[in-house]
Amino acid sequence: MNSLGVIATWLMIFVLVALNSAGDMSTARAMRRVGDFAELRRKAGIFGVVRAVLTEPWFYLGLLAMALSFFALLAALSLIDLSVVVPASASLTFLLNLLGAKFFLKEHVSPRRWLSGILVLGGIVLLRT
Amino acid sequence: MSLSETQQIERGSIGHQHVHSMSFVRYVLLALIILGSTYGDVYLAKGMKQLGGMSVSRWHDLLFAPFNPYVALGIVLLMMFYISYLASLSWADLSYIMPATTFGYVLTALLAHFMLGEQVSLTRWVGIIMITAGVGFITGGPSLTVTPTPEGVSPHLEVHS
Repeated sequence: MNSLGVIATWLMIFVLVALNSAGDMSTARAMRRVGDFAELRRKAGIFGVVRAVLTEPWFYLGLLAMALSFFALLAALSLIDLSVVVPASASLTFLLNLLGAKFFLKEHVSPRRWLSGILVLGGIVLLRT
Repeated sequence: MSLSETQQIERGSIGHQHVHSMSFVRYVLLALIILGSTYGDVYLAKGMKQLGGMSVSRWHDLLFAPFNPYVALGIVLLMMFYISYLASLSWADLSYIMPATTFGYVLTALLAHFMLGEQVSLTRWVGIIMITAGVGFITGGPSLTVTPTPEGVSPHLEVHS
């Protein structure tokens, strides 16, 4: 099926998932600190919004993690089948993001959101198989 | 504050509150995230296939990839996705945006079925229904967590309950 062993395959997927999730969480934290774009634009104009984003350290961390995850995906795709990488990384990233939203971003993940999350997660797995 | 008069507040379990505020512009932003990422990937893949196989020894071919019209279109769409993603995260929680954006998978499967005539198995139809239900359920709910502070509900939000 692929040229890597089971452990190496999963290790690669976990690296990909960790980078993906770190990118999403850093970006989300950056935007929470910047605040609502619409409100900011009214106060400081469109360049005020751009400046607020570009002076936010978490934004760069998010960008770096996203860039690294892009290259990790390319590397993974050259070694592992697409039909294995994409469903595995999409569903695991989703799960890790949901946990990160609760414990790292301190979002209130209501029962409604958990239920939606489980439905969507199950849907991703079924859709990608 | 841009939140509309129709906003609602939902009380969470431990002092958290959720702000519920979806305007037309915000639905458009969510749609741009979905369309930008789905079509961006499609055109990027299409362009890269046109360019043929890449190898490590010819890495400099990558520098010319953006001159391929499909790759260029893919990059523009992915930039559109990224800007909409940033804008959406500026007013909504990650745990709200995430399920909403998975609707792109549903779109891809439906397009493959109705435009390209691909077979969609029963398992995939069940997957489509589950994602649609999950997305509908979450987007109908509140979008932002607001933590109460001594000055009010949140430092930069005026909430009229």
